[in-house]
Order: sequence, then structure tokens, then C-alpha cells
Amino acid sequence: MLKNLTKNRWKFAIIPALIIVVGAIFGFIHKSNEGFFNFDVEFIGGTRMEIDLKQEFSNDEVAQLVQESTPENVNAVVQKGNNDTTVIIKVPSLGNAPAAAENTAAEGTEDAASETSQIRTVDDEMRTNIINALKEKYQITDDNIISVNSASASFGKEVQTKAILFTLIAIACILIYIAIRFEWRSAVMAVIALAINVLIMASVYTITYIPLNTTFIAAMLTVIGYSINNTIVIFDRIRENMKMRKKNETISEMTDRSILETMGRTINSTITTLITIVLIYILGASTIKDFALPLIVGIIAGAYTSIFLASTFWAVWKESDIQAKALAAQDRRNAKKNK
Amino acid sequence: MKNKSIATLTIVVLAAILLNYVAFFGINVGNFEYGGMFGNNGIKKGIDLAGGSVITFQAVEKDANGNKIGDIVPSTEDMTSLKGIFDLRMQAEGYTEARISSSDDGKITVEIPEMQDTDAAAELLGTTAKLTFNDADGNVILDAGTDLKSASYEFGATEQGTAATHHVKVEFNPDARQKFADATRAAAARVSEGKNYIAIVKDGEIVSQPSVSKEIDESSCVITGQFTADSARQLANQIQSGSLPVDLEIAGANKVGAELGPDALKNSIIAAAIGLLLIMIFMVAMYRLPGLIADISLLIYIGLMGLIMGLFHFNLSLSGIAGIVLSIGMAVDADCIIFERVKEEMRLGKTIRASVMSGFDKAFSAIFDSNVTTIITCIVLILSKISTITGFAWTLGIGVILSMFTAIVITKFLMKQLLGIGIENRNLFCPAKAKKGGAEVNA
Repeated sequence: MLKNLTKNRWKFAIIPALIIVVGAIFGFIHKSNEGFFNFDVEFIGGTRMEIDLKQEFSNDEVAQLVQESTPENVNAVVQKGNNDTTVIIKVPSLGNAPAAAENTAAEGTEDAASETSQIRTVDDEMRTNIINALKEKYQITDDNIISVNSASASFGKEVQTKAILFTLIAIACILIYIAIRFEWRSAVMAVIALAINVLIMASVYTITYIPLNTTFIAAMLTVIGYSINNTIVIFDRIRENMKMRKKNETISEMTDRSILETMGRTINSTITTLITIVLIYILGASTIKDFALPLIVGIIAGAYTSIFLASTFWAVWKESDIQAKALAAQDRRNAKKNK
Repeated sequence: MKNKSIATLTIVVLAAILLNYVAFFGINVGNFEYGGMFGNNGIKKGIDLAGGSVITFQAVEKDANGNKIGDIVPSTEDMTSLKGIFDLRMQAEGYTEARISSSDDGKITVEIPEMQDTDAAAELLGTTAKLTFNDADGNVILDAGTDLKSASYEFGATEQGTAATHHVKVEFNPDARQKFADATRAAAARVSEGKNYIAIVKDGEIVSQPSVSKEIDESSCVITGQFTADSARQLANQIQSGSLPVDLEIAGANKVGAELGPDALKNSIIAAAIGLLLIMIFMVAMYRLPGLIADISLLIYIGLMGLIMGLFHFNLSLSGIAGIVLSIGMAVDADCIIFERVKEEMRLGKTIRASVMSGFDKAFSAIFDSNVTTIITCIVLILSKISTITGFAWTLGIGVILSMFTAIVITKFLMKQLLGIGIENRNLFCPAKAKKGGAEVNA
């Protein structure tokens, strides 16, 4: 199977497809309770509190306390902070809870202003309730509140849309560059491979349900940069081998040869990149772990799609195009003869 | 030839070590003092590494009485001057590392790393600080925006025999001096009406209302009032930086902790250092002598990167760390491409020298194309101006350009020196594969 990469290309496609399907299934399971992704408060709007409880605590206990101090339809997230005594509590703004969200959408823009101020006071009240409950239970004072940060959903949404927009522009520019330096089929395949990598990373977020925030954007960009790099090195070898292709070697065979010739480099540079990220995963605090894990998966996926998918599918596509051209030429010749 | 090559290699290694020492621990030679990348004048820590204050303002329109009419979106021009004024006000308070971003609906977010007093910061930045000198009928005599040259905080007695107070001294522009003289003469004449005073009004509120007994024809005057040292200093700062072109309302003011934890930076540095060491060992294991050359190049790369980030005061946050990590991985990537090529050439039976030379030639297009696409991505992302993303894009972009330079120029130069030594053992360049039946041509 490893010798005939092009022939077995669909088999290689099974693994990424499976991961994406599993990711989607997890997403839909989560969606029925909380949401497809675990959007951080900076994306959906809400309050993020970091409080030093001055003692070790159990997550469930705090979660129960938070649940008691908030209305029933609020799904707060309780996490351990960077040491055992700090807790991070994320409470989505009430404006995003299902019931209230419908309300806002139904009403006109004129009422929106008064609506926001209404929401804000409800959020304030919720926040005070939680803090008071914690103060009572854990005997802490205002000094133990490390940070209270409220984010408006509109701001996070804007960053999100803008980030996606500029990522798409960047991808479009890459597409044009590859189409000029190589050929348009290579460009299309490189971008498809890239899209698969991003989907696999998104699956990591649904499967592990780690919070999705602006660090996702940084992780996604890293993987895009990395996987394009890998794909191009292989395409470069194909471009070179294509020039000196023997008559009896098919494009599929030549592609397989090119992939195998560059395999040493692909594996070695993937290992060197992984070394630093795995170390950051091991040594980093929880927030950095949440960032490093999708990166590790994304970089492995980037190498995988570059080796097994991008150029193999390109080869078959190219071959069928050449065949179609040859057939068309044959037809033309036949037509001429028949005249 | 041989001795010269060995000498050159030694010098380069020593230079690489010195470069790294300067980049990370600093240098102190004569008048030039640099505290290293993590020193006081090195990189800036982003708010996620250091914590600080995040304040969000909304631009609003107010009527004459200062009541809010509604939200507005300031023009690009207003936004630019707003950012300039914010910068001035924060610099005067010693916060040079703040990041200001604006959104399309008129919200302005200011992130000030290491700032603890959020309320004071919100007050300092959000005040319009439109200051006027009015007569008793409310007519504007002087406008601080056009008529005042400078403002400064002072402490001391304003008149002989009185107690020392905190006050603000303002300097008039030349024609303002005349206007002020005329106004004080007019005011002094209205003593019978009880209107012999000048009111100094800031954003609709009277700061101070001194009575006037005679014409004052001087190039400066002092504003006294119920000031503390801080409030007087703040007023001076606000007059000096100018009034905001639009009114602002505080939409949110929050103190944030170091989101990534207090040890995030330290741990990332440790991870990077161990990672670097492992990569170096890996390169030698895979590529033998050329691997060692790649390690020297990598060391030079790390030193240059640290020096650039420190000297240009890069703002380092999580995404920046990601960019660095990726660029370290990519830095050896170019070396991998070259050395794999060299191995292939040697397996075809070429001499060491010919293999190294054609290895560099053939690897160039792959290195160039793969790095150009990354640079394109970085440029687009820098243009996006999203703060978390631009940090990533700058570190990655500079890293990629530097790594191209170290791989193509420095590695090549060092490899030539290595060839100059004249090592004959092919195993030191191309380890024979253990696999049987391979087309190995190793002598």
C-alpha cells in the first residue's frame, strides 16, 4: 500500500474522513445540550471570572454553587485555573440564552438599546450572585478576585468574521501564487488539503470540547502555513521529475516516486516542528495546552494530507485530463481521416 | 586551505555564541547598553502574559447639556487623532505598551498591560477634556485647543503668604495673551454686578472660578482649585494632549489577570530551549556532519531572531509564541530539504563536493516557493490589523525570512568551509541505510 500511493489514494482518505465525521457527530451531540463548539465567552459575549479560592476545591462543588446562583437556562463553565486554588468561571451573557435570544431577534432595532441595558443589569446581578456565593462558602474577600472580565458578543463576532475574511484572502493569494508557479490543478489540490486540515482541527475542538477562542485562529493559521509548506515541497519535486520523466513512466508512478523521494524531508521536518510544540504541551499551563493540542493534531494532519492526498489526487486528475486531451486529439485525427 | 577552513568555522561558532549571549543576556559596552530580549528595553509582554486593564469606550453624540443623544461611529480622521491622544495621555503616565483597537460600530478598546487601577485609566482616557475660559455670561474667551501653548503640573504657593497648593500652569499663545488681558479688564470692571470673575470650564463643569480685580497681561496663568496632586497632574496631561474629537462613554472597564498564568512565558522559554536542544541532537543523528552545520546555522538564527524581537520591542503574546515555535520548526526545514538532496546525489555516486553543490542548487526552488507562500500569508494577516493575529504574523514572517537567509547563505558558507577541510569519509555526510537491497553507493 505504501508503494502505490496513488492507487490507494481513496484508502488514505478514509482516516481523515473518519476523524471529520466523528468530529461532526460529537458536534451534534454537544449541540443538543450546549452548542456545536464550546465557544469561549469572548466569542459569544459574557463574563469570565478568575478567583483565588485560597484552598483546593472540587470543580463539581463550585459548578453546583454557580448553578444555584444563576437562572436555570444559563450554562456556566467552571475550570481549574493555573494552580490548584484558582477557579475560572465563564458565564455566557443572558442575551445568548435561547429564550432571551429569540426575544431580541423578534423586537425591532429601536428597542435594542433598552434591551441591551436590560441584559447588562441581569448579567451584573448574576455576577454579583456568583461572587457572593463563593465569598460565603470559601471565606474570601474582594482581594481574592483576580479578574472579572465581561466581553460583548459583537466585538468577538467582529474579530471572528474579520479573521476568517483575511484568512480566506490569504488562501486566495496562495492559490494564485501556486497556480502561477506550478499549475492550477496543484493550487486547487493544495487548498483542498488545507481545508481538510482545518476541518480535522475543528474536529479536535468538538471531540475534546476545549473552549474555542481567538487562540483557535492562531492555531489554524499555524497549521495552514505549515501544511502549505509541506504540500509545496512535494509539488516542487513533482514539477522537477515531470521535466525528466521517462516515456514509459506514468504520471501516477512519477508522483509516487516524488512523494517517496521527499518522504525523508517531510517526516524529519515534521518531527522537528512537533518537538517544540509537544514540549510546550507538556510544560504549559492549561490554556496553553488547549492551544498546543489542536496544533499537534493539525501538524500531523498537515503532513498526512500532503503525503497521501494532495499529490495523489492531483496525479489522477492530471492523468485523466491528459487522457481526455489525447482522446480528443485522436477523435480529431479520425474525423480528418474520414473526410 | 584546511587550516583556514577550520579557523573560519571556529570563528563562526564563537560569533554565534556571542550573538546569542547578547540577544538574551544583553550587552554593556561604553555608551551602549542593552538588557537582552527579556530585559527592560527588550520585548513587551502582551496582556495575556502580564495581565492589566481592558477598557472599552463607545463614541457617543451629546447635546449641549452633555446628555447622550445616541451612539455614533467616528470618522477615520477622528479615530486617528483619538488614538494619538490616547497614546500621549498614556505615555505621560508611563504606560507605553498599550494596544488600541477600534471596531466598526464606534467601539474603541484599549488594553494596557500591567495597569492595575482600571478606573483611573478609564477616567484618564475617557475624559473629553474640552477646556474653555469663559466670562460671567458664559461667552468663551479662550479655548484650550487653540489658545494654550502648554500645560504643566506645579506644586507651591501661587501668591506670597498663601499655603502651597497643587495647581496647573498654562502658557498662552501670543494672541491669546491679548484676548485674556482684554477679558480680565472687562471682568474687573463688572465688580458692581458681582460678575467680576472668569470661569474655567472642563467638559461643562466649572473647575475653578477665580475673581478678577485688575487686568492680567501675562504670558501664563495658573489654574487653582480643589486639586490633589494626581488630579492636577491629570488635568495638565489632558490639556497637554488635547481634547478628544468625539465624546466617549465607558462601555466596559475590566482588570484582567495574566490569562496564560504567571509562569507561561518562563515555561514557554524552557520548552523552547529543551526543544532546541532536541532538534540539534536530532539533526546530527539524521545528517551527521551537515547536521552539525545546520545546528550552527540554527544557533545564529535564534540569536538574530532574539535580537530583532528585543531591539524592535516586539509585543509578545500567545500567538507570537506560536509564530516563533513554528518558525523554529521551519528554520531547520530548509536544511532538511538541502541535506536530503545531498544524500540523494551521493547515492547516485557523485563526489561529496559535487553532491553538496548540486544539493543546494536543486533544493532552492522548493525552499523559495514554500517560504514565499508563507510570507504571502503573513503579509495578508499583518494587513488585517487584528492585534492577536498580527503578532503571530510578524514573528512568523520575520522568522521565515531569517530562516531562508540562514539556510541559503550561512549554511552554504559553512558547508563550503567543511568541504575545505577535505573530509573523505562519506559516512559522515550520508549515513548508509541499514536496509538491505537498497541501491546504496556508499564507499
